Amino acid sequence: MLENPWLSIGKPEQRIDAVEKAAGTVRYTADYSVPGLLHAKLATSTQAHAKIKAIDVSEAWKVPGVRAIVTGKMFPYHIGPILADRPPLAFEKVRYYGEPLAIVVADQEYMAKQAAQLIHVKYEPLPVVNSAREAFQTDAPLIHENSGKYMKIISNVYPVQGTNIGSHIKIRKGDFITAWENCDIKIKQTFSFNLSDHAALEPRCTRVEINPAGKVVVHSTTQSPFTIKKVLNQFFNIDVGNIIVHVPLIGGAFGGKGTVQLEPLAYLASKAVGGRMVKLEFTREEDLITAPGHIGLEATIALGANKAGKLMAGQYTYLIDSGAYTDQAAGITRAMALDCTGPYDIPNVWCDSYCMYTNHPYATSFRGYAHPELTFAVERTMDKLAHKLKLDPVELRKINAIKPGNSSPTSAVLNANNLGDVEKCIDQAKKLIDWDQGERLETADGKVKAKGISTFWKTSTTATNAQSGAVLKFEADGSVNLNCAAIELGQGSKTILAQMVAERLKMDIKKVHVTMEVNTQSDPHQWRTVASSTTFLAGRAVMNACDDAISQLKRTASIALQCSMEDLEVGGGRVYLKPSPEYGVKIQDIALGYKYPNGHAVEGQVVGHGRYIQRHLTPMDKDTGFGKPGPWWSVGTQAVEVEWDPADCSYKILKAVTVLDGGKIINPMTATQQMRGGMYLGLSFASQEGFIFDQNGTVLNPQLRTYQMVRFGEQPAEYIVDFIETPAADGPFGARGIGEYGVIGMAGALANALSTAAQVELNHLPLLPELIWKTRKESQA
Amino acid sequence: MITNGTGKTVVRLHVNGEASDVMICSADTLLQTLREQLGLTGAKRACENGDCGACTVLINGEPMHSCLCLTIETINQPITTIESLRDSAIQQKFIEKWAIQCGFCTPGFILNCQALLNKHPDADDETIEEWLQSNLCRCTGYQEIKEAVKSLLPKGSAS
Repeated sequence: MLENPWLSIGKPEQRIDAVEKAAGTVRYTADYSVPGLLHAKLATSTQAHAKIKAIDVSEAWKVPGVRAIVTGKMFPYHIGPILADRPPLAFEKVRYYGEPLAIVVADQEYMAKQAAQLIHVKYEPLPVVNSAREAFQTDAPLIHENSGKYMKIISNVYPVQGTNIGSHIKIRKGDFITAWENCDIKIKQTFSFNLSDHAALEPRCTRVEINPAGKVVVHSTTQSPFTIKKVLNQFFNIDVGNIIVHVPLIGGAFGGKGTVQLEPLAYLASKAVGGRMVKLEFTREEDLITAPGHIGLEATIALGANKAGKLMAGQYTYLIDSGAYTDQAAGITRAMALDCTGPYDIPNVWCDSYCMYTNHPYATSFRGYAHPELTFAVERTMDKLAHKLKLDPVELRKINAIKPGNSSPTSAVLNANNLGDVEKCIDQAKKLIDWDQGERLETADGKVKAKGISTFWKTSTTATNAQSGAVLKFEADGSVNLNCAAIELGQGSKTILAQMVAERLKMDIKKVHVTMEVNTQSDPHQWRTVASSTTFLAGRAVMNACDDAISQLKRTASIALQCSMEDLEVGGGRVYLKPSPEYGVKIQDIALGYKYPNGHAVEGQVVGHGRYIQRHLTPMDKDTGFGKPGPWWSVGTQAVEVEWDPADCSYKILKAVTVLDGGKIINPMTATQQMRGGMYLGLSFASQEGFIFDQNGTVLNPQLRTYQMVRFGEQPAEYIVDFIETPAADGPFGARGIGEYGVIGMAGALANALSTAAQVELNHLPLLPELIWKTRKESQA
Repeated sequence: MITNGTGKTVVRLHVNGEASDVMICSADTLLQTLREQLGLTGAKRACENGDCGACTVLINGEPMHSCLCLTIETINQPITTIESLRDSAIQQKFIEKWAIQCGFCTPGFILNCQALLNKHPDADDETIEEWLQSNLCRCTGYQEIKEAVKSLLPKGSAS
């Protein structure tokens, strides 16, 4: 084994935010108060689908302290990140239970709340569309009567007028129809789960003011400050340069804070009170159902193989429950199509991915962006196919593992740089879960131990011009400040970027000061902090900025040392001569320029800047899906061992394994944190989470007491995390993205383990003991 | 004298070893008073329903959801918030064991762990689980938090 050649890369550097977070002194958005701050509260819909006949605000105005009441009539337009189909405040009709109808602004929060409760809405109920399948029927009630007229914000979105289809993305690769005819073994399976939620511990919150000079100042819990600027510009006609967004640290996001909902509402509220600063903080109930959540899905997968188990044809139909509006679900619809097969080489692919409007709370991005969801369906089908072929499920996955030289469903060419090593991940996970000890064992006390495996991949479907920038400003003591608009939401990005600076400048990481808060006016542009893209995009920008700083340091040092720049090297807080390292100058003596003994000075502060933009990405072809949607595919294999009790169908998760190939791992401990946290989120989603709807589309569990999730003690008894580090040539130090990947395979692995344990096909989530019991009962009948 | 309604009254609280006068309505929760009047924002508002533990403080050494306590109930009782645990062993363990990601649940977890350490220095796995089930974390997967608290409990089995 070669020794780690790096100074900081690959080392478990402590998180730079840990001390303050442990002390409880970090201030999140809602922790700031300002004298004169006004408070906003929403009145929300009590119906899932209804015409608004009248909104009576007269009682609300009688509450002392009320300053303004805003309703949908005052801004009767549609906004959205992909398809502009959502009114910030409902007008004419409501489309989901909990939808914002009006904002009350008052001196105190309780006054605003009292008034909001006194807003009386007269509804005319409309028939409720309560599932993606119902929405897909030709005689289904229409949720958007004019979806064909909505403005498209990006190119790959295709609403079908006169239906509930908000978008339809197609993949047509090879000749599916002929290949399907010729397959020896064919299977078809159907899967489903309801919408659920991110439930980040920090509820969403924003403060907005419009100053007299016309500047709009926003403070928010967001993953996308520059998108807030874009939205306020596009739909509210404010100059981009007049919008400033501040983002402090974020208390968890998981994709849920990537879209823009709160800020336009608070902007309208502030405008209604002459631009005064207004705070809008969601209660937990609003954060769960009024704010966007995690998609639901109905999937049908048909796989065809030859007798040896080689996959020849795959057909994928995804009906995505996007809720009342498409938001990021339209992008998820696209992502679900472009990676529809999972990490398997299938020459003939037919995929129809539909973004379906329903009368459910609307959905947005969720950690993994279509991949945990499609992987659940694909990996269950792979297990079923293995049983039919009488092949070991691990073997079937190895036979079909995608490799350099193959192509993705969109015909993007895969090579050893842009694709991780799937086979190595499978082999290592197989070893770590002790697969060969047996997939299903009955224990002496009548319980069953069973294992399940799941293989996955994901590319980051960023905008084709997604980019990041970084600025390095040197201090008089030789330390350096890093400004970058990547947001710290718990994932540890700021620490990773500090490590890259320390590595490139060969300096002590303690001398790298990272600006934790983001300010869109002083930080360079950053697309968003989503899509596992920060290490890659911001990392490349940071390296670029380091190179710029190094050349400035060398230039000033060359003057001080009276030599040529080419002879100089930077490291250890100095700039020195390569051939005689003892001859050099301290960075602190040139950080603000060099001063001659006689007082004359030259050069000035070292300020490095760097940038990076995605290269050679394209939209997808409308008819075939052809295109290059993302820069690289990180891959992995996960496995779960459960102990299941046949007496009451309850189970414990004994072991959960992740083996990920995310290229070079910059920090093995933060990477492990990301994997474990992702595994938890995936297992919680798979085993317990989901909204419960009644027949009227009302959410019956809009609280953390009734919206169940995995609590302390219910987590796997053992988490095992390992990395394969196939370097990416264009990633910073060989790194690819990893942030979302811990989630992706968990639902598939857990469902496979429990299906093996209970010897039934568990194709629906969440995997509650009751579901297992019911499925067994039905299969015995 | 506190009257019902929106009228305000000055009362004295005992927070982190100091006496502090605050002005409250009868309906104010301890969470609101700590955050809005004393600037102690380590206690987080995350569900206001006693479901998540992010607002946990110690009252008379007992971990309590400050979102479910009225401020008037806590007069003359010692209150401890995360701000007074600076450099405590449990905080250090949360850092050392990588038990912190976004940090939003961290103060509540640390206070609950501190109370557990005080009250049950011999806690076994079952007791730890019973205590910590009242706090939610969405980032870590709980393993690191378990390691942090168990490293200070001699009886907890090695993890």
